[in-house]
Amino acid sequence: MIDLVLVSMPDSKVTDLEAAVKRIDSGSSIAMGLALEHAIPFAAGHELIRQGTDDLTLIGPISDLLFDQLVAADLVDSVRAAWVGNVSAGTGYNFRRAVEAGDLTVENHSNFSIALSLKAGAMGVPYLPTRSLLGSDIFEENDQLKATEDPYSGDRIALVPAIRPDWTVVHVQRASPYGDAHFWGNSGVMIEAANAADHTLVIAEDIVEPEVIKSDPSRTVITRDSVTAVTEVPCGAHPSPLAGRYNRDNDYYLDYAKRTSSQEEAASWLDEWVHGVSDRAEYMEKIDRDLGISDPTVAAEVEYGQ
Amino acid sequence: MVSESYTDRELMVAAAAREIDDGDTAFVGMRLPLIAFQVAVSTHASNALSVFESGVMRDEPASDFLHTMCDLPNLDGALSTTSMMDIMSRLQRGDIDVGFLGGAEIDRYGNLNTTRVSSDSGEIRLPGSGGACDIACLSQRTVILMPHEPRRFVEAVTYNTSPGYGDGGNWRDRESVPGGGPDTLVTTKATFGFDDRGEMYVDSLHPGVELAEITEDFPWTLKTTAEVTGDTISRTDPPSTTVLELIRKFDPDGFWTR
Repeated sequence: MIDLVLVSMPDSKVTDLEAAVKRIDSGSSIAMGLALEHAIPFAAGHELIRQGTDDLTLIGPISDLLFDQLVAADLVDSVRAAWVGNVSAGTGYNFRRAVEAGDLTVENHSNFSIALSLKAGAMGVPYLPTRSLLGSDIFEENDQLKATEDPYSGDRIALVPAIRPDWTVVHVQRASPYGDAHFWGNSGVMIEAANAADHTLVIAEDIVEPEVIKSDPSRTVITRDSVTAVTEVPCGAHPSPLAGRYNRDNDYYLDYAKRTSSQEEAASWLDEWVHGVSDRAEYMEKIDRDLGISDPTVAAEVEYGQ
Repeated sequence: MVSESYTDRELMVAAAAREIDDGDTAFVGMRLPLIAFQVAVSTHASNALSVFESGVMRDEPASDFLHTMCDLPNLDGALSTTSMMDIMSRLQRGDIDVGFLGGAEIDRYGNLNTTRVSSDSGEIRLPGSGGACDIACLSQRTVILMPHEPRRFVEAVTYNTSPGYGDGGNWRDRESVPGGGPDTLVTTKATFGFDDRGEMYVDSLHPGVELAEITEDFPWTLKTTAEVTGDTISRTDPPSTTVLELIRKFDPDGFWTR
């Protein structure tokens, strides 16, 4: 074996959450909540609210609560998504109120059209074709979606244009200081979005030695060349679940639905749960619920080597 | 053995479970269909698979209650936890035998609306499609579950989120919508089929429901199976004791089914 002697090290991208989120300018487009109800970067969303980063365009397949919270904080100009609400309770009242008042522009998608948009962005192509959408009002009312004849079969087919977000924000189990991330559990459109964006912010439960990442390269879903900053925030995805780390806090979703049906109530909820806590550690102390894994499943050992 | 006492939603889950054949790959999504799959794979459909747009694929029930498809019991012991692109590609290439849908509104030709509805006070915004449009366009067939409420049955949907048979006839072919379209609608009062032109007809009535009670819920003259197949309208089978026990095992507090 060749003895490697490294005379220099790659640059660390580690920063704290406040500094990382400060890099996101008002007016940015941000993709987040990309693994659907799983691994939603709530800590980053709450920091955006604390910093008052506004005029945002939010991009995602479904948004389970997080977009509703950013809309409640009046930071959002437009949403490009397939579904926005609260999966436990149905309605996201702030999203609904803003749309009905004409304060929020919505580009309606299906889950697949958002996935294809981000995939096209990630692949560096202007669009991708699909057999979905045709016949729906999602297709009919969006001028960006086109129908064309497949030049090979002659079939009528829909085209979905690429989306390249300014920022993609993801929450993962662990990452190296260089930005290489391990993630397990369902990923939704997270990987496509990370590769489509100009900048990706990786929020990790743990920042680990680079050797940990390289010990299992098949679990690496995002690599450092796509990553702008890395931040360690334990429980940063709460109240959403994170595979192997913590369960979904369903009571929180039900409580949010009960307490945010009017604008005044939503403001008071934000005061208590976002503005009223200085950071994630204080927030988790306030949550005070046991969401830990009671019966862990340990994966069969995997060997690499040479 | 037939159980004596069950809720409307438990009956819907039992009916939905019967729509999953052994060996089917079912696109399940959330709520009642999720429980229906767990019942089906535990009883008559041990070779069925479930897929979820989050990227989860399973061959057996989750070992604990699920509020959402991404709850950890649904990920734990999954066959695969992958990406949405993987799952939607299965749908697009025609590998999904049955997809489940719901909606705020349904019309005569099985088109569904989950985007926005009109009311006296103006427009009401709903959460949107999620994966429903894709399931409606691309599944080999779809099964629709909805509470039986007259306001949900409309002549034409306000917004066609998830296409059924459009305005009927060969509409899906004309619009290049490849999947098979709606096969069955299960409400809390009856089950419905769709005729050759894609028009809804009542197929079976749930126990205790009479035809006259439901026809007035529809703003058009509702067809019955007698006009379509020549058969008389049947009674929906109530859930068996075994099925009911399973539903209550998978939803022990009745969060979704009571």
